[in-house]
Amino acid sequence: MEEKTKLICISCPKGCSLDVTHDGNTILKVENAACKQGYVYAEKEFTDPRRMVASTVKVKGGLHPLVPVYTANPIPKPKIQDLLVELRKVELQAPVTGGDVVLENVFGTGINIITSRDMPAV
Amino acid sequence: MAVKELYDVIVIGSGPGGLAAAIAAKKAGADDVLIIERDIELGGILLQCIHNGFGVEIFKEDLPGPTYSQRFIKEVRALGIETMLDTMVLDITPLKKVYASSKQHGFVVLEARSIVLAMGCRERTRPMIRIPGTRPSGVYTAGTAQRWTNVEGYLPGKRFVILGSGDIGMIMARRLTFEGAKVERVLEVMPHLTGLTRNYVQCLLDFDIQLQLRHTVKRIIGNDRVEAIESVKVDEKWKPVPGTEEIIPCDTLLLSVGLIPENELSKKAGVLLDPRIGGPIVDDSFQTNVPGIFAAGNVVHVYDLVDWVTEAGYVAGNAAGEYAIKERQKETGSITIQAGDNVRYVVPQMLDKAHLTDKPISLQMRVINPIEDPVWVEAHDGSNLVARKAERYVRPGEMVTLKLRPKHFDDVRKAGTLTISVNPK
Ligand SMILES: Cc1cc2nc3c(=O)[nH]c(=O)nc-3n(C[C@H](O)[C@H](O)[C@H](O)COP(=O)(O)OP(=O)(O)OC[C@H]3O[C@@H](n4cnc5c(N)ncnc54)[C@H](O)[C@@H]3O)c2cc1C
Ligand code: SF4
Repeated sequence: MEEKTKLICISCPKGCSLDVTHDGNTILKVENAACKQGYVYAEKEFTDPRRMVASTVKVKGGLHPLVPVYTANPIPKPKIQDLLVELRKVELQAPVTGGDVVLENVFGTGINIITSRDMPAV
Repeated sequence: MAVKELYDVIVIGSGPGGLAAAIAAKKAGADDVLIIERDIELGGILLQCIHNGFGVEIFKEDLPGPTYSQRFIKEVRALGIETMLDTMVLDITPLKKVYASSKQHGFVVLEARSIVLAMGCRERTRPMIRIPGTRPSGVYTAGTAQRWTNVEGYLPGKRFVILGSGDIGMIMARRLTFEGAKVERVLEVMPHLTGLTRNYVQCLLDFDIQLQLRHTVKRIIGNDRVEAIESVKVDEKWKPVPGTEEIIPCDTLLLSVGLIPENELSKKAGVLLDPRIGGPIVDDSFQTNVPGIFAAGNVVHVYDLVDWVTEAGYVAGNAAGEYAIKERQKETGSITIQAGDNVRYVVPQMLDKAHLTDKPISLQMRVINPIEDPVWVEAHDGSNLVARKAERYVRPGEMVTLKLRPKHFDDVRKAGTLTISVNPK
């Protein structure tokens, strides 16, 4: 059955308000997207919604007690809570280099969690 | 680090605006570029903005704030730009003297040929928006909570209400949820969102955090610590609508009610501000009304995208670098060399300041009377001894040479006249 759903594209700061015509999870038409990424986003959002996640992990002996980390690619939305639980268990030792892999291939998604900055030892 | 007294360009603040300005000034040809930062490291506010969304314009990549900053920090280091960290600039004068204080260097007075103001912006606070009620602890700006949560590892509460739907507030709502806190409500007095719609989706909707438009905090409840807030709906004229009050229990209230350019220092330097935005009035190279003082980034007005702050920093820094080079050319002129005690003449008679670079300069002279005992051959600027050397004897028939070396040049430059004398030791 054909349905219409409003969706806000979060792929860029513009945040277009998309009018999506779909039959269940099958996209039939996407209107009001300012670029073609809007269609890709709508399709993904209906079948496998994903988000970038940024958080922190503990670090010993560093300039600060935490080092920020992020998902190198968006991870499936239902995995966010599990990821946060995993990140709470991590403790690094300074010095840390930005781009270091903290967790590899999380939950078999092929996505790595990497540090966002250097953390010099003090 | 040894502190010099005179710099081509001094940049105040090391956020993306300041980093870009320093890089551009150096690339424009300025020699001595110094960044002064009050924090213990370079990077500015982005260091606490750990979420992604930065760099889409400049790098065509979606980076977290610290990653974005780090790319510019690396370039600053590679270019040999000097930095003074943990140093607070207290005052600037229209003549471009900079007064600063730091643990390492104590109180210092520096001078610059040009200055770039890059102090960023600060958040509006509770007194600025006049919320009535008690004054318990547990009321913070969203940015302060962001620094504690993301950098210092300290979660300021368990149950939050956020006033204001600005981006920092929404981003903090998600961040606090990630850390296991509960965000009870986001209240926005305007009839529309003030931050980006994408942040409404990925920070509030995704985590079922309730946003109420046209609502505000009527009263804060609690004695030592916040226990609840009373919210209320407002009408088109911003008047509270009686009967719409609600008590929302919480232990922390975060304010995300806007940013204002940080310009206390600018005012001291005689920089005129645009009363509508609180930032300096600037020309197309971001020069303020004070010649040689430029401004870059959120100190001018609050930008939407950090990428644009960087672009503005490049423009201001480049102009500041060029300004400094012109100033330096004006300063160059000549110094007169004068024959003093027991000296008949000295060649050359003049020194071009522009030639005081890395090569020694020889002053050749003849004495009036012979001295058969050891002597000092000295160059003085008034009573200040600039350079000297010893000779075992001097005779009118034998020419005497005194070399001015690069280590003397700072003193030579300050002198209008150098007097050369030969006296017994
Ligand atoms: C809490 C907060 C969160 C923000 N989050 C975002 C965001 O998520 N995304 C976004 O695009 N923008 C965000 N912004 C806006 C952000 O400020 C800009 O995008 C960007 O950081 C501006 O760069 P800047 O160089 O102008 O200032 P800043 O990054 O603020 O840098 C200014 C620097 O100057 C230093 N300074 C100030 N006064 C002195 C002094 N007297 N002496 C020495 N040093 C001094 C400060 O310590 C600071 O390091 C945020 C702003 C704030 C206040
Ligand atoms: S549709 Fe294109 S322009 Fe619109 S928000 Fe999505 S990515 Fe941005």
